[in-house]
Amino acid sequence: MAGKAMAPRLELKDISKRFPGVIANDQVSFQVPAGAIHALLGENGAGKSTLVKIIYGVQQADEGEIVFDGEPVHIGSPKEARALGIGMVFQHFSLFEAMTVLENIALGMDNPPPRRELEARVREVLKSYGLSLDPHRYVHTLSVGERQRIEIVRALLQEPKLLIMDEPTSVLTPQEVEQLFETLRRLASEGCSILYISHKLHEIKALCESATILRGGKVVGSCDPREESARSMAEMMIGGSLKDLSGKENCTYGEDRFVVSNLSAPGEPPFGTSLKDVSFSVRSGEIFGIAGVAGNGQNELLAVLSGEEQNDVSGSIILDGQELAGTSAGARRKAGLASAPEERNGHAAVPAMNLTENAILSARGRMGLASGGIIKSGASRDYAARVIDAFSVKATGPGAAAGSLSGGNLQKFIMGREIMQNPTVLVVSQPTWGVDAGAASFIRQAMIDIVDKGASIVVVSQDLDELLELCDRLAVINEGTLSEAMDVKGISIERVGMLMGGIHGGGEGAAATGKQEGVAA
Amino acid sequence: MTLLKLEPRREQSRGMMLAAPVIAVGLTLVVGAIVFTLLGHNGLAAIYEIFIRPLFNPYRWQDLLVKAAPLAIIAVGLAIGFRANVWNIGGEGQYILGGLAGTGIALLTLDMSGGWILPVMLVCGILGGMAWAAIPAALKTTLGVNEILSSLMLNYVAIQLLYYLMRGPWKDPMGFNFPQTAMFSADQTLPYAIPGTLIHLGIPIAIAIALTAFGVMTRTITGFQVRVVGLAPKAAAYGGFGAASTVWLALMVGGGLAGLAGILEAAGPFGQMVPQFPTGYGYTAIIVAFLGRLNPLGILAAALVLALTYVGGESAQTTIGLPSAAAGVFQAMMLFFLLATDILVRYRIVSGSPATARTAPASETGTAGSSEAAKPKTVTA
Repeated sequence: MAGKAMAPRLELKDISKRFPGVIANDQVSFQVPAGAIHALLGENGAGKSTLVKIIYGVQQADEGEIVFDGEPVHIGSPKEARALGIGMVFQHFSLFEAMTVLENIALGMDNPPPRRELEARVREVLKSYGLSLDPHRYVHTLSVGERQRIEIVRALLQEPKLLIMDEPTSVLTPQEVEQLFETLRRLASEGCSILYISHKLHEIKALCESATILRGGKVVGSCDPREESARSMAEMMIGGSLKDLSGKENCTYGEDRFVVSNLSAPGEPPFGTSLKDVSFSVRSGEIFGIAGVAGNGQNELLAVLSGEEQNDVSGSIILDGQELAGTSAGARRKAGLASAPEERNGHAAVPAMNLTENAILSARGRMGLASGGIIKSGASRDYAARVIDAFSVKATGPGAAAGSLSGGNLQKFIMGREIMQNPTVLVVSQPTWGVDAGAASFIRQAMIDIVDKGASIVVVSQDLDELLELCDRLAVINEGTLSEAMDVKGISIERVGMLMGGIHGGGEGAAATGKQEGVAA
Repeated sequence: MTLLKLEPRREQSRGMMLAAPVIAVGLTLVVGAIVFTLLGHNGLAAIYEIFIRPLFNPYRWQDLLVKAAPLAIIAVGLAIGFRANVWNIGGEGQYILGGLAGTGIALLTLDMSGGWILPVMLVCGILGGMAWAAIPAALKTTLGVNEILSSLMLNYVAIQLLYYLMRGPWKDPMGFNFPQTAMFSADQTLPYAIPGTLIHLGIPIAIAIALTAFGVMTRTITGFQVRVVGLAPKAAAYGGFGAASTVWLALMVGGGLAGLAGILEAAGPFGQMVPQFPTGYGYTAIIVAFLGRLNPLGILAAALVLALTYVGGESAQTTIGLPSAAAGVFQAMMLFFLLATDILVRYRIVSGSPATARTAPASETGTAGSSEAAKPKTVTA
């Protein structure tokens, strides 16, 4: 290592990449020294993903040079990147659920050694980094944190000199995040450089020693995250000042308005999560949060509450004293229950249809966009235009196809469409997922504004920070079971993390470690 | 060596959407001419006889309209289902059952007279088609049986049922033992829309149905439901449209219209029920639906094109001795080329040098899902 101490591990010189209609990267240059943990910061669409795809050889730069360990290199494919010593852990895992950990690792390698030898090497890596994972477990039985460990082990087996981590913590519990950070710090201390991509600024502050900030494809600055505040970094990312949410303090709570009790429903086979005895209640003027790691029954809960899923559902859903269980999705909307699912494209909105038609999709009943089965096209267009206007949706007009909007703008339209129907209860999942900071704060403010007027909101989110900022009370969902509700004021993050981990994860406690050892032996 | 690549378009091309059927018909003519030349016929003459000559003969025009009417009526019904991803391939069987149900009424009322008879026959024809389509609908919604298979197989059952009735219970006792029913009475026969021509009432009915369907699809919540279910089933559930109700709706409309086409044919051109009643309209209507872009107005135009293959195919048999299967070959080629050209709605052809083609992302086992780079399909030209 001493011999190469002078040359940075990775240096990018004036990297540019153009796609039809956009410049994804514009003359991007920065360096990552050996053994450094370097953050790449930027909003959605700032060009982070394109840049790491270029470094990992998935795409080629139009212009510019990549220098690795002092040598200019051409990285034509991920295979060539791996040969150089570049490893990558993607945000979305590519694992086969019906195969074991070991089989998945072997599938992802260029030249997998014989099974027995591979297993020995996997166990060695697991042991030396203190990771708990049983090579013979089937992937579908693993928690998200454990699945990520498979990807990390897969990368570590190649003995990388540079490890790229793309949004690695978005699906982890706080305890799993801490464990991941320990592994990464250990790797860095051994001389492996880490390029860390995230939008969670306090994590970057805790982990990284240098950062490059991208905006609109260009490098707009660099900083030492340890000396910045999360807010100052966020302002560099968006290139403006961040607005505080207002009006949250003077909420007054009314009586219980939305009471869900003993709700159970089977999950979609083979890997769906069943809901088990879910109970909670929300008062008027209150935002109730449901935290949890993805895939623990959030989507199932939303579908059961909105009325999209009716099969074998038991339990009761009461809105203002009216029993909604067993009624159709349309009837629930008429009763004042609006909803917005996590997936925007193809679920909350139809990409191929225009915004007027997407307004008809969920607002036709409450907003009178149809009478006697005939669509009132004028009224529909007006409503879509009002939503576009009130929620500052960037679109060419009500005739724009939903699919032509950016994620953030489509989400603003969907939230606007639901909120402007004046629902008594709004159930929403991941309201700001993949949305830029400006749009996210707009959406959160709009949610606070309707509870101020006496509505109730249920927010399902994997982003704990968002829930802590928005909610009055929250509960944690794990494997289809909902914990009891806790007041957000004075909440223990550690306890929430433990609940999120449930019996999975092995983050804390002797029981989990014991289980892992028991299986491994 | 030049390479042609297919590159995904950022948005579907509306122009290509309309151009694809025209290109498909053009390719059909060119390739059809070549194929029939290779088979030892005069290829160009075959094209001329089938596709051009009937257009210069006013009598053939009437024939064209007569053949186009049932195709359009069935295709409008099928297209509504196809829009909702309900793949009703049973148009032929539903057409036969519609014809049989109406014929049943006709045989019961042979000795009666009155203006009410024909309307009752038409209604029963619709109900007959619906009843036949109800079988796949019920199987699909209760047991999850694929409607493509169940509706298709019922076509063969319908044909056998027809044969049985013609040779058994419904055989005309005065018909010299021919397997066919008695001729329908005047009150049971479809009147002509324009006296002195072949143009019967079914033709204005077909036009009215297409216009109505166009209005329903664009202006009503029911049409909206059908479109949403086809484009995004999860969004449809979110919007409060049940999957089962859409399956029923699609099959009832498809079956009902096919049944109506059936009784219009029986009470019109045939004037009785015969074993030769099924002429493949139910299958050809599938091509009509796609060639018309699943749009009721497009279907009216497409029905005329496909009717031309029937009319021209018949006359080419006599004039230049082309086999009767020739019309079928042309119809099949039309669908084939249409499906092939449809790729240009989503992709466009760009020429690229071999160098850029080589740097296309290597396929990645294991991490293939994560590298979502648009991978151009490479075609050597």
